[in-house]
This record gives sequence, structure tokens and C-alpha cells, in this order.
Amino acid sequence: MYDGEYSDKVIDHFTNPRNVGEIENPSGVGTVGNAKCGDIMRIFLDIDENGIIRDCKFKTFGCGAAVASSSMATEMVKGKSVQEAMEITNKAVMEALDGLPVVKIHCSLLAEEAIHAALWDYCQKSGITIDGLQKPKADIND
Amino acid sequence: MQNIYLDNAATSRMRKEVLDAMIPFFTEEYGNPSSIHAMSRTPRAAVKKARKQIADCINADPSEIFFTSGGTESDNWALISGMEMLEKKGKHIIISSIEHHAVLETSYYLERRGFRVTRVGTDSGGIIKMDELEKAIGPDTVMISVMTANNEIGSIQPVAAIGKLARERGIIFHTDAVQAFGHIPLDVKSMNIDMLSASGHKFGGPKGVGFLFVRKGIKLPPFMHGGEQEEGRRAGTTNVPGVVGMGLAAELACKNMEAANKRLIMLRDHLIDRVLKEIPYSRLNGDRKKRLPSNADFSFEFIEGESMLMSLGMKGICVSTGSACASGSLDPSHVLLGIGLPHEIAHGSIRITIPEETTMEQIDYAADCLKQTVETMRSLSPLYDDFLKKQKA
Repeated sequence: MYDGEYSDKVIDHFTNPRNVGEIENPSGVGTVGNAKCGDIMRIFLDIDENGIIRDCKFKTFGCGAAVASSSMATEMVKGKSVQEAMEITNKAVMEALDGLPVVKIHCSLLAEEAIHAALWDYCQKSGITIDGLQKPKADIND
Repeated sequence: MQNIYLDNAATSRMRKEVLDAMIPFFTEEYGNPSSIHAMSRTPRAAVKKARKQIADCINADPSEIFFTSGGTESDNWALISGMEMLEKKGKHIIISSIEHHAVLETSYYLERRGFRVTRVGTDSGGIIKMDELEKAIGPDTVMISVMTANNEIGSIQPVAAIGKLARERGIIFHTDAVQAFGHIPLDVKSMNIDMLSASGHKFGGPKGVGFLFVRKGIKLPPFMHGGEQEEGRRAGTTNVPGVVGMGLAAELACKNMEAANKRLIMLRDHLIDRVLKEIPYSRLNGDRKKRLPSNADFSFEFIEGESMLMSLGMKGICVSTGSACASGSLDPSHVLLGIGLPHEIAHGSIRITIPEETTMEQIDYAADCLKQTVETMRSLSPLYDDFLKKQKA
């Protein structure tokens, strides 16, 4: 990618990524992507008894857009209900970042998938179902 | 913040004296050297001088130097026109698996045109396997094209040995010397080189100009068709300022080569030593000894190259990467995969190529930044977490 093709927001979220880290005993954790393609995203969720996302953290291996997309996605899910979080699309992540270069759109998709994977893990652990949530297709172990 | 340019293999700064030598040919002496009036005289003489300056650098005859628009055109010309010329004798060409795209993509084009291509692999240091090269030679092999030095990992190929083998077998030997010309000593006679490509801007000359050396006796047909320039071998109005600049840059680069390389090797080795010692899970790509004096190419485990590049860029360090994410493709560079790196390690690669004017302070600053960047990116990496957990267990 070339300097200047990223928006200021992407640069900001890359330089000062929000919510980096892990959550111990998370309500849900999801990892998507694979190292072969150069992107792995892991999202941790802490969800309270009312199904509200109290905290969200991430770790990402990947390019600047992947880091910025993860950072933005964690910001967007915090304080949301699991149903609301489920409905966050890659398009919304992209818009929040003031756009991504065309070749980097898949990074925002990975962020959406990582949220879904973490929510799926939460559902599995707690026996809850979220409307429209499907088993994650991309997984680090695939 | 001042930028520290460490991407000299991408392009190099043009020397002031080179620019000064070019200027008159834009303004006062703008005549076309192919004309026959008075205004053509000085440009014609200048082009002649440049041809000799370049020929002298590689122990060639000036009549064997043909000016082109750059390295890519030279490679395309040598391979495509060369194979067309040799077609009746045989349709097989051998190249290395780590060629620059200018050769690699041309080889795919040749395949589509019905030629047969063998791509010979390298050892883990990025040096072509000579036994496999020899084994690949068949009765219909008419050309071998192996780069002099690799653009990414800097490995220097055994060009003299390949030239000797090719000459013995009656095979034309072309070498893409874009990264090598003006940087390491080359002798087309003792190395038995039949054709050699180079590009002006890689050794302190201008962009948009290069040359192809074609040994006397090889009747390489033209690739660019049109006028009678370059003895009818390469049509198109001569780029006089470019040629003049490239000629002087070549002369200066070859004259200063020994002293410059001594210094570059010192800077390079200092950088390599520091990185390998101070940054865990790092590796140097390319042969430790048989490498270009300015090249240091590293892989850092658990992190990705483009994000490293961005992070270094914010500190003013300009480098490049072989990661896929930088190019928009899914696979990392064919060179890094070619030397046997797994995808995930190839993704975490950074190429540093040092310009002559770089100071030791700048190299130390770059090493410090690299260390910080790798630490920061690893603190973000789930792969590094998994690795640490596995180690503890």
C-alpha cells in the first residue's frame, strides 16, 4: 500500500490502536483469517448478564488496514447489545474509517467475521442464540 | 522530521554532476543526433561518449551497447527478440525462479507464445542451483537468463560459471544486471556474457533510460520498430539527456565502486549484526557473503511487513517489503517463497538497501526504529501470544 492512500482515521487507528490486548476468561473469543494470507484477527468480548458488551479487546497480525479495522470494530461494539453487535457490517467499519483502499476491503470483512466468531463462541458457551448469527467460516485452525 | 531513505534498490538519487551534464541537452544542445545539420553534432558526440563510458565499465566495445528506455525494455528485448531469433534452433529457455518480474512475466508471455521455459530453483541463500541448471539443459535449449544479483534479497549469482557453461554448450547467456551494474565489478568477456540489461536510475543516473549489451556477432533483431537509430537495432529518437546522464553516472559509479562498497559493506554488516543480535526471531534473507554491498533483507516472525513499513514510515524510515499486503496480491514475493520461507514468515519481510551517502548514525537510528517497531507490532500480534503461550507450556 502506498503512503497517502489511507485516510487520516485509518492512520490514527493504526498509530494509536484502541483496545489492544486480551480479556481473561472472556465471554467469547473469536479468531479469523490465516497467517498464510497475512491476516489474523482475534477479538475478545466481555458480555454482562443483560447481553451488553462491557468490554472488547483485540490482537491482530496483518497490515495497517487490518489493525485499524480491528481497532475501529472494537470501538463500535463496546456498549452495544449482542444483537446490535451482530448487525455491524464490514461496510459500517469501513465508513467509520472514512473508507479503505479497494485492495484492503477484505480487512474490514475480517473485522466483521471476527466479531461474529467471538459472538458465536459466546453463544456456544452460554447457550444463547443470536438472530442471524452463523457458525464462523474462516478460522485460524481451518 | 527528516526522511532516511533506505530503499536504494527501488531507485537512487541522481548525482548533482550528472544533472549538470544533462541540462545543456534539454536547452541549448537539443538537436537530434540523427539529424545531419550542425545542431546534431554536439548531441551525437555526447551520445558516442556515453556509449564508451558504459562499455568501459563492463569491458565491452561501444558498438555492443544499445540504449533503451530502461531495464524492463532491455529484458523484454533480449528474451522476446532473442527467442524469436533462435526459434529455428530450439524453443527452450532456462531462467532462475527468483528473476525480476521484467524477466519472469516475459517468460510467461513466451510460454503463451509456444516457447518452453524452465525455472531453476535456488538454495536457501537465494543462489541458483548450478547442478539443476546444468540438468535442465536439453538439445533445444537456446537461451539462459539468470539475473546478476537479486533485487530483493541481494544474492549475487555465479554469473561467470553460468556464462562458461552456456558458452561451452553454445547457448546464449543473458543476465539482468539492473541491480548489479555500477555496484559490483562486471566483465562481459571474462564472464562470457552474451547480453546484459541495465537501468540508469539504479546507479545514480536518470530514470527512463537503460541499455542492453549485445555481444558482437549476435544479430539480435529489433524489438522497437521504426527509424534507424542504434544501428537499426532500436528505433526511437535517442534520449540524449538521459543517455548523457547515464553515461556519466556509470563512469562515476565504476570509478568509486571499490571505496563505496568498502563503506557500504561496513554499514550493512553493522546493521545486520545489530538486527540479528538485538531482535529475537529475526533472520537475514539471502546469502550472508554473496550479497550486494547495500542490501540487507530481513524477516521478523509473528508480524506483517506492510504494517512494519507504515510504522517505520512514521519514524521517517523509507524501506520496502516483500509482503503480499503491500502489493494487493495474496501471496508474498516469489523470491522469498523461492528460498523456502513459509508464507507467514515471508509476510514479515523488510528490505533495506543503503545509499552511498548514508551515515553510521542513520543506520543506528534505523536499527533502533526497527527494534521498536518489531516490539510494537508483536505486542499486537495474536501469533506472538500463541507462540509465547506454547513456550510456557
